[in-house]
Amino acid sequence: MARRRRLSKGNGMSNSVITLKGRTVVGGVAEGEALVTAETISGWGGIDSMTGTIVESRHELVGQSFKDKVLVFPGAKGSSGWSAAFHTARLAGTAPKAVIFNDMTTKVALGVVVMRTPAVTELDQDPLKIIETGDWVKVDGDAGTVEITKAGKA
Amino acid sequence: MKLNTQEQAMLDGDGQPGADARQKAMHLLLRYGEALGAERLVDTNNVAGTAGSSSTFIRDFYAKEGVATRDQLFSRFDLDSDDAVDEIQTARTFTCHLQTRIDPAHAEMMGVPGDVLDFHKESQGHSASLGVQLLNTCTPYANGNVQVKGEHCAWMESSAVVYCNSVLGARTNTEGRESTAAAMLTGKIPYWGFHLDENRLGQHQIDVEVEMDSVMDWGMLGYFTGDAVEEEIPVLTGIEGPASLIRHKHFGAAAASSGGVEMYHVVGATPEAGSIEQAFGTNRPVQILKYGAIERRRTYETINGNGHSTDVDYIMLGCPHYSIEQIWEASKLLDGKRVHENCALWIFTAAAVKDVADRNGYTKIIEDAGGVMMTDTCSAMSAALPRGTRVAATDSAKQTHYLPAITDVEAWFGSAADCVEAAITGKWKGEAP
Repeated sequence: MARRRRLSKGNGMSNSVITLKGRTVVGGVAEGEALVTAETISGWGGIDSMTGTIVESRHELVGQSFKDKVLVFPGAKGSSGWSAAFHTARLAGTAPKAVIFNDMTTKVALGVVVMRTPAVTELDQDPLKIIETGDWVKVDGDAGTVEITKAGKA
Repeated sequence: MKLNTQEQAMLDGDGQPGADARQKAMHLLLRYGEALGAERLVDTNNVAGTAGSSSTFIRDFYAKEGVATRDQLFSRFDLDSDDAVDEIQTARTFTCHLQTRIDPAHAEMMGVPGDVLDFHKESQGHSASLGVQLLNTCTPYANGNVQVKGEHCAWMESSAVVYCNSVLGARTNTEGRESTAAAMLTGKIPYWGFHLDENRLGQHQIDVEVEMDSVMDWGMLGYFTGDAVEEEIPVLTGIEGPASLIRHKHFGAAAASSGGVEMYHVVGATPEAGSIEQAFGTNRPVQILKYGAIERRRTYETINGNGHSTDVDYIMLGCPHYSIEQIWEASKLLDGKRVHENCALWIFTAAAVKDVADRNGYTKIIEDAGGVMMTDTCSAMSAALPRGTRVAATDSAKQTHYLPAITDVEAWFGSAADCVEAAITGKWKGEAP
């Protein structure tokens, strides 16, 4: 019944680093392994801040941790405790290294501001179609750019 | 983001008492507004948040960094400030406190340790000292903070936000703990999203083809709607007559849980949807969906996807917090009955509503039947359930959505009557519509 965007499979691009250009949400530079979901994420009630794990039972990433990953997702949903849940994750040391998302909302904006991880949005290509879990991703929050090295193809 | 003279003065340090905290608050609003892409701030005199509350984890974390007082803690976490501010002045803005994690009158039953209760009481004292009204409910709009159409607000609590925008026609985004703290001290919030006319227009059309006769019907439609439109704005057609506060409350809470719905229109009923043309304005529907008997059935099964055993240990009513009318209904269903020995019944509401229930004798009827009337919190907020609960049941699609994720129990969804029946028999007999 849901209008769920499917996870894309590989797009056939090889070797080279793919660069996407977008807009700064939070500055700073960080890189890490991508964790990608086509589903929006709940903060409070959707994640365990102490472990950095998705706990929403119907979520495709249930049980997986975003700690030290580059989290790529459509946007935020659910409780207004979104920012406090990810803010607490920052204190607990379980926050993602960087964040890439598509749909701007107050929940995700405030959440990434207080999480203080580099964050970009409005990329010139849909990151959910280009980036796959396991890819190596560098987020330059100051420049608003993303560099993607496809897993196993470097 | 452009700041006016007054805002720039707060950012620079205005030299008035409490200037340090206002400066931190304005700095956070600037970071937040720029992250959003907002062009400016807007004045607000209506904030609903959790100012002053904290957790022992947060306290202990900042204690390691030398934070010793509540004001310092507030500046470090709520204002996300790099350094601590020693003195926070009373709020400039009318601010109320939303639900908390603890009902102080039932702390022991909830399994709250004594030191955590003490810390909570200290938090509440701090909130009050900041001028925060301790409504302690997810339903401020049913407890003395009823916005007017067009009023700019800074509210948290997804179920209250959707009610504010959709049913009252006031204007708020879903704010968070930190942005409401900053708004409280400055009277400002980013002018973005639902504050602007063009962002309040409908995007999806849902043609409702079944009768909407009960609170449960509205809960299911809300859950379906959130799943279908995610965070966008639905326009519901085909619904006869205006729905009650309670029905809107359950619809919005469900839609904000299965998706991120912050505003909806019901054609002919909600303030910005006198007609379908008004509801959509210059937008065209992204999709037109049908909600008929098949969709309703599928939604019921989805919500009940975490219910397996029919031996129920726990009935939870009051998500969002029960209104006095709902407590009255529950008391009639429970009058002269007895909650089953293998089952617990907890009913959650606001303290102000419970006061009325006490006066009207409903609390006594419910307690004589073995139920418990609780305030300030709920099971999802507190993660507190009766000891040994494996299977819960509730009349809230929202609570059914959250409880299994938060507390690892099975959960059933049905009508209030289904729930009270289960409380009395210990068996879940709810049926799909």
